Amino acid sequence: MLINQASSLIFCKMKKKSSENYHINKKMSVLVYTENWDGKFKKLSYELVSYASGIAGMLDSSVTALSIGDVDTSELESLGKYGASKILSLKNVHLKSLDSQAYTVVIGDIAKELNAKVIVLSNNNTGKAVAPRLSVKLEAGVGAGVSRLPSSLDPFIVYKRVYSGNAYANVVIKSEIKILTLAQNSFEIIETENKAEIENINYDLDPGLVKTEIRDIQKQSGKLLLTDAEIVVSGGRGMKSPDNWAPLVELADLLGGATACSRPVSDEGWRPHEEHTGQTGKIIAPNLYIAVGISGATQHIAGVSSSKCIVAINIDKDAPIFETAKYGIVGDAMKVLPGMIEALKNAKSG
Amino acid sequence: MKILVCISNVPDTTTKVKFTDNIKLDTAGIQWVINPWDELCLTRALELKDGNPGLIESVTVAHVGPVSSEPTIRKALAIGADSAIRVNAEPHDAYFVAAQLAEVIMEDYFDVVLCGIESSDFNGSTVGSMIAEFLQYSSVSAVSGINIENGEIIVTREIDGGKELLSLPLPFVAIAQKGITKEPRITAMRGIMMARSKPIKIFEPKEVKPLTEIVSYEMPSKKEACRFIDADKPGELIDILQNEEKII
Repeated sequence: MLINQASSLIFCKMKKKSSENYHINKKMSVLVYTENWDGKFKKLSYELVSYASGIAGMLDSSVTALSIGDVDTSELESLGKYGASKILSLKNVHLKSLDSQAYTVVIGDIAKELNAKVIVLSNNNTGKAVAPRLSVKLEAGVGAGVSRLPSSLDPFIVYKRVYSGNAYANVVIKSEIKILTLAQNSFEIIETENKAEIENINYDLDPGLVKTEIRDIQKQSGKLLLTDAEIVVSGGRGMKSPDNWAPLVELADLLGGATACSRPVSDEGWRPHEEHTGQTGKIIAPNLYIAVGISGATQHIAGVSSSKCIVAINIDKDAPIFETAKYGIVGDAMKVLPGMIEALKNAKSG
Repeated sequence: MKILVCISNVPDTTTKVKFTDNIKLDTAGIQWVINPWDELCLTRALELKDGNPGLIESVTVAHVGPVSSEPTIRKALAIGADSAIRVNAEPHDAYFVAAQLAEVIMEDYFDVVLCGIESSDFNGSTVGSMIAEFLQYSSVSAVSGINIENGEIIVTREIDGGKELLSLPLPFVAIAQKGITKEPRITAMRGIMMARSKPIKIFEPKEVKPLTEIVSYEMPSKKEACRFIDADKPGELIDILQNEEKII
């Protein structure tokens, strides 16, 4: 028989700072885990809180946001604007980097204390690492990569992309507690007049639970991440040579966007692997995706089909990318790109 | 050291899926394959075994599915897995599948469990980490590299804007994505012949109540035809993006 050992270990480990009598609020709430990046939140954090707030509205409940790590008060307060009524701030030296097992214990215990009925995380690397573990710990079904508010509460039905974007599914979550991971850039952020109460909490974590040991970190800082970018300019084999990338990069810079590429391009080593966008690479949903010299194979489309607007530039008028694109230019990328750059510069100066 | 690779049986990724009554997948003409990320995991496991013969004793694949998915298991054996396990049940949901696989791992101990980051059918990214929680194993997700250095396993994890190298004690579950190996290993004729005689151990499922259920499928909304702009007038496109779409 399987025994979920963690659940037998639960006792009240969470306590309010400088107070002996922590009153457990048994009113059910929506818990949202808001990760930070070097002490800062990003647009996706506000999407998460806006989404959690939408669910709380449906449930006539309130949103509690949980932050783990060193985040200053003004940054924490910013979560309030998107509808969080309470922000729990937990600082713990053992939780500096992600250990899926330890994070699960902490978030799970806090969810129990709050009597959270819905737990919202991002469908990013962290959410994907923690949400499934929480699911087992709390016996709570996961709606993975949801992109809309539930269409119904009883039964609790969520909507998600399946078959890599070739279809969508309505999924019923049958458990009492529901865990949802939100697809990035799928939910509008909604600013409100709301202000949140911030509470610093402690958690008495057994350091032995943290088993992953970080040996080395290789990180580029200051670069706009492909998954965060609202505008992405992407190149395919039609760019013909790695030496032709300058105008593509210039266009992306002018638009304040990031650069991406198709699989053959990263396989050839023309561009770094981090830029590979598609089914087996990064799955992105920017507001604008400009595909240059990309024919549009199913596997590529699977990675970009959630983009709000797709523009395709391709020399072949029959390229499948035009079936997905909203706007298209049939032409040589090496001529069209400089033209776009010039037009953009003119539009900006005008 | 024993490695287990969990595999899913999915429609070939170029399949245009169709549903009957918005709920039943129309399987006519579908080519079933090993989930691409699981195939990468299997390839990497075999590379590690080949490169560390004394250290890695065996590579096993495990699958939850009915007998109809055996051709996919045989393919994994043909690629080079030493043996296979099949839990004889429809894979109802991720929780159900993970519970079955955890049971298998309890029975036949494995030091390293490898799972693909997601399956190309339900795109859940959940089974691997669920297995780890059932067993109270450590887990690392977004893994883009597994190497053995001086007898120790070093895992590369993708993080925003970079990567981390980390170590963790056995046993553990690694949930892997692109990068762990370059290309999936191709089956050779000899492998196909040998696969016929490799064992597939059948487990009957334990009773587990699924936590989720798909009630209907929808197709993506039909999109309007592409609006073409003259290649000599890129300014027109910029104007549309700026003033009509208001996205730049």
